Amino acid sequence: MTIKEKGQEIVEEFSMFDDWMDKYNYLIELGRDLEIIEDSHRDPQHLISGCQSRVWLSADYKDGIINFKADSDAVITKGIVNLLIRAMSEQSPDEIINDPLEFLEEIGLKEHLSPTRANGLTSMVKQMKLYALAFKAKSGQ
Amino acid sequence: MDINSIRSQFPILSREVHKKPLVYLDNGATTQKPLMVIDAISNYYRNINSNVHRGVHHLSQLATDAFEKSRITVQEFIGANSIKEVIITKGTTESINLLAYSFGDAFINEGDEIIVSELEHHANIVPWQLLCQRKKSVLRVIPVNEKGELEMDAFESLLSDKTKLVSVAHISNALGTINPIAEIIEKAHKVGAKVHIDGAQAIAHSKLNVKELDVDFYSFSAHKMYGPMGIGIFFGKEELLDQMPPWQSGGEMIDKVTFEKTTFNELPFKFEPGTPNVDGMIGLESSIHFLESLGLENIKKAEDELLAYGTEKLSAIKGLKIIGTADKKASVISFLLDDIHPFDAGTIIDHMGVAVRTGNHCAQPIMDKIGIPGTIRASISIYNTKEDIDRLVEAIERTQMMFA
Ligand SMILES: Cc1ncc(COP(=O)(O)O)c(C=O)c1O
Repeated sequence: MTIKEKGQEIVEEFSMFDDWMDKYNYLIELGRDLEIIEDSHRDPQHLISGCQSRVWLSADYKDGIINFKADSDAVITKGIVNLLIRAMSEQSPDEIINDPLEFLEEIGLKEHLSPTRANGLTSMVKQMKLYALAFKAKSGQ
Repeated sequence: MDINSIRSQFPILSREVHKKPLVYLDNGATTQKPLMVIDAISNYYRNINSNVHRGVHHLSQLATDAFEKSRITVQEFIGANSIKEVIITKGTTESINLLAYSFGDAFINEGDEIIVSELEHHANIVPWQLLCQRKKSVLRVIPVNEKGELEMDAFESLLSDKTKLVSVAHISNALGTINPIAEIIEKAHKVGAKVHIDGAQAIAHSKLNVKELDVDFYSFSAHKMYGPMGIGIFFGKEELLDQMPPWQSGGEMIDKVTFEKTTFNELPFKFEPGTPNVDGMIGLESSIHFLESLGLENIKKAEDELLAYGTEKLSAIKGLKIIGTADKKASVISFLLDDIHPFDAGTIIDHMGVAVRTGNHCAQPIMDKIGIPGTIRASISIYNTKEDIDRLVEAIERTQMMFA
């Protein structure tokens, strides 16, 4: 599935909630379910700092496919991280570099990704794209 | 004081946020503005806008008169000796930078010491760190106890003839602690050090008299006292300002300019290059009139009552821990909820229509000292009510339910 298709799937899931509380309860659940990063990767090297909450991100690249793992100290942030990873993992570098991630806007979480929110998510998306660029360069595609 | 009539002066308080009536409890970050401030600024642009101190034309005279009248209002409000002691800046941050550059240039040398406290806002830390790098001087830090009060014994042992400047907050923005500034000033003066007080959080909550305090420098921002953003005051004793070199330079602040040599204008203009923030000053004057119409004593009394009510209500919530329990506290309640991250709590509280601040409050050192990533902070001002506190309590309980 492309990022766009996965994003569409997520948008459909969120369309079930008409109450903001249900939406956030779901995000909290997703946050708790996030498969977390190895302890050894919860280090300054993998830290994306934001003023409000912190995010750790690691990536590995095998057979043309990138997989991400991440963690955050805030649960709602983790929930959103979970969505991002679901959409962006198991993708090729090109797919990750080029997709505009429109689904975030459609599920009404755009505010969490504005640079002013300072919760590390904006930088996380940027970092994911940087990983993709780096892996692409390294594999000489 | 009639709370309804006060509230009716703040148009923004009748708006909704997330489809709920707004409860604004982020006054430590900035206060809302009353109609008289909004109208004064609007009136300035509708009727007298013109550049100040330059034209001979009628409007320029009107604008200059209004601008300089505002400076006199500030002078009287803070109890300064003359308008020469009232320097207009962008706000507290710029005031502190002015001091760090100008006073730092003239009076701080290698090996000299500057004292701040562990409670400070970054604005009262970073300019001193940079000064210390420039001058190879040393930054000393007054520690706080577990209630968030300055350790005065430790302060005294930091003082020596090497101490050139002590710069501390009047009130801590992160914890609400009211620091014993009179005592700090007295003790610092005994070793010959000058004292700067960061008054950002105090100016709207208690009466200031710089002469009685005998403080050397005092800084504050208009936007935290019901005035507009982008304007603030730097007070300095005339004899000190006279000895300090200009910091920024340009037009307005000069006396005579040739390419060989420039002589500088007299105080306060020496420190005010360029076109000043005229509408800001007029707004600030109006905010002072607003404060005086209520009376700072009355304001303090009302806010203290609400602080006591809020502290009692919040303390009764299981799992809530108040951070900062100084004996002398201003209208700030910083807290943590169970092990819920402040960012998570803030997100839910916001959706309940209640505006609070979350994060480290630009005071990372004190957060690190307590060993927390940040807090949730409710900060009270004159238009807040018991109902606002009740709405906050409701939002907190909802938050706890969601993360249980
Ligand atoms: C104690 C303290 N000092 C300094 C500042 C900086 O003020 P400004 O951003 O208005 O320059 C603040 C503002 O949050 C503050 O609370």
